[in-house]
Amino acid sequence: MIRRAVVWGAALAALAFLALPIAAIFARLSFQHLASSVVTDALGVSVKTTFVAQALVLLAGTPTAWVLARHRFRGRSLVVTLVELPIVLPPAVAGIGLLAAYGRMGLLHTSLPFTQAAVVVAVAFVSGPLYVRQAIAAFEGVDETLVAASRTLGAGPVKTFFHVVLPLARSGLAAGEALAFARGLGEFGATIMFAGSLQGVTQTLPLAVYQEFDVNFHTALALGGLLVFVSAALLVTLKWLASSSTSAFRFALSSSS
Amino acid sequence: MARLLLHFSVPLRAFELQLTLPVERTVALVGPSGAGKTSVLRVVAGLLQPARGGVSLDGVSWNGVPPERRRVGFVFQDYALFPHMTVRANVAFAGPVDDLLERFRIAHLADARPQELSGGERQRVALARALARKPGVLLLDEPLAALDAHTKAQVRSELHELLSELALPTLLVTHDYEDAASLADEVGVLVDGRLRQVAPPAELVARPADAFVASFTGANLLHGTASRGELTEVVLAGGERIFSTDEGEGEVGVVVYPWEVSVARAHADDSALNVIRGEIGSVVEVGNRVRVRVGPVTAEVTESSAARLELSSGGVAYATFKATGTRLVPL
Repeated sequence: MIRRAVVWGAALAALAFLALPIAAIFARLSFQHLASSVVTDALGVSVKTTFVAQALVLLAGTPTAWVLARHRFRGRSLVVTLVELPIVLPPAVAGIGLLAAYGRMGLLHTSLPFTQAAVVVAVAFVSGPLYVRQAIAAFEGVDETLVAASRTLGAGPVKTFFHVVLPLARSGLAAGEALAFARGLGEFGATIMFAGSLQGVTQTLPLAVYQEFDVNFHTALALGGLLVFVSAALLVTLKWLASSSTSAFRFALSSSS
Repeated sequence: MARLLLHFSVPLRAFELQLTLPVERTVALVGPSGAGKTSVLRVVAGLLQPARGGVSLDGVSWNGVPPERRRVGFVFQDYALFPHMTVRANVAFAGPVDDLLERFRIAHLADARPQELSGGERQRVALARALARKPGVLLLDEPLAALDAHTKAQVRSELHELLSELALPTLLVTHDYEDAASLADEVGVLVDGRLRQVAPPAELVARPADAFVASFTGANLLHGTASRGELTEVVLAGGERIFSTDEGEGEVGVVVYPWEVSVARAHADDSALNVIRGEIGSVVEVGNRVRVRVGPVTAEVTESSAARLELSSGGVAYATFKATGTRLVPL
């Protein structure tokens, strides 16, 4: 009995610990603060940069994942590890790395830093690998015999990709993209180092939360509430995609039932 | 009649697959698993590139032609139906559907997904899809392996009918000699990437080229030492002396088909017959025949003679077979 009470007590304490900050945001939230120009500017920057960055991630990441999933070559696992490295890299390291590559003093001497394009680059760099990693798994889950069958049935490589491979990998790809989207939306460290936090230009929602918390705490709270909503919606989407998956893809989230 | 010619070699993991094979009607490739049978189909379809040589149809080389332009109807072993498409969409993927759904009795399944179908239905969809492509060549990989015994007999006769109707050069692969013999005009025995023998089924049984071909086609294979004479005399490993009309000397394989062996309870005093005395082993009913093991030999007898001889009670019996039905093959 006592042991059981201890276990349940620990579980309840942990759940309360996780839920309290979220609850606190909503307890003190008033939505009128969402009308401030800091909020609308940050929302605009976030929407714009997120969509451009994720479009780039999809366009460049999908063929990359396809090549890595379908071809066995020397050094493949090294390449895959390199692709995955930004996932585990501390954001500050990503930021300094981007400056070292594209900064005025960097290898390529570009004028990219502290522009809106720099936000896109930082978000794509940090979130892209999440998509590519999941996409490799999704493509590897597509039965090679189906690809071969498509070819013998008269479909060239392009038709085969769009009519057989993509539909079969779709839910895995979508789950990967949802993860990348969420990670990109919350991007903070690499963005503030590489793009700064200039209202209306490079200041995204998370950066606005950070700037506002000692200026106007209520605005910061409202921004926080907004991000909680978006993140929760993404998480639900992810779980739904994972449970309705038709490909061999299995996502590491437990079902909510 | 179109003529498909295979002449190539391709290195596989354990050996080099090397063969020359003209295909005009239905040719079945049989052999143990891992003999390279499926790789032959993959080369013809353009899914596997040979190191040397290639494939040609009516003298036109397919070298460098990608799979989608080869006009090959490939029915894969597990049928490879697209799970995200309906039956109709699967067929339409390859070409105009026309009357194919009716012809293969799958019209009522047009809107079903492959996952909802039985093995026999899936196979009909796979065949319809392969034919929608209007192929010049048909490739069938283990067309009957995924079916249960009951469905198999029916599908086998339907398939046989279809193949003679289509009259396309057809290459089919199976590990089951009986399937091959019932479906194909010619059977090629493939072992470790080499064709041991290509012949019509009857010819394969009448004159097996070697011990493997003989045992693969269902024969008894006994080992013995042959010495020349008017008839060739063979001393079997068990000490019995038997005779064969085939010529041979030294270590040989003795090939006797079960349906050429008769069984008796008493020693028949007929010097024209080979006799092997042995204990009755397993007795198995196969259709309306009974397969019985007498010492080292399997015989196939009718149900009535099995009952008359009381085979199921065991004991000693005599297996007899003619010298003319005793073939000698190199080991």
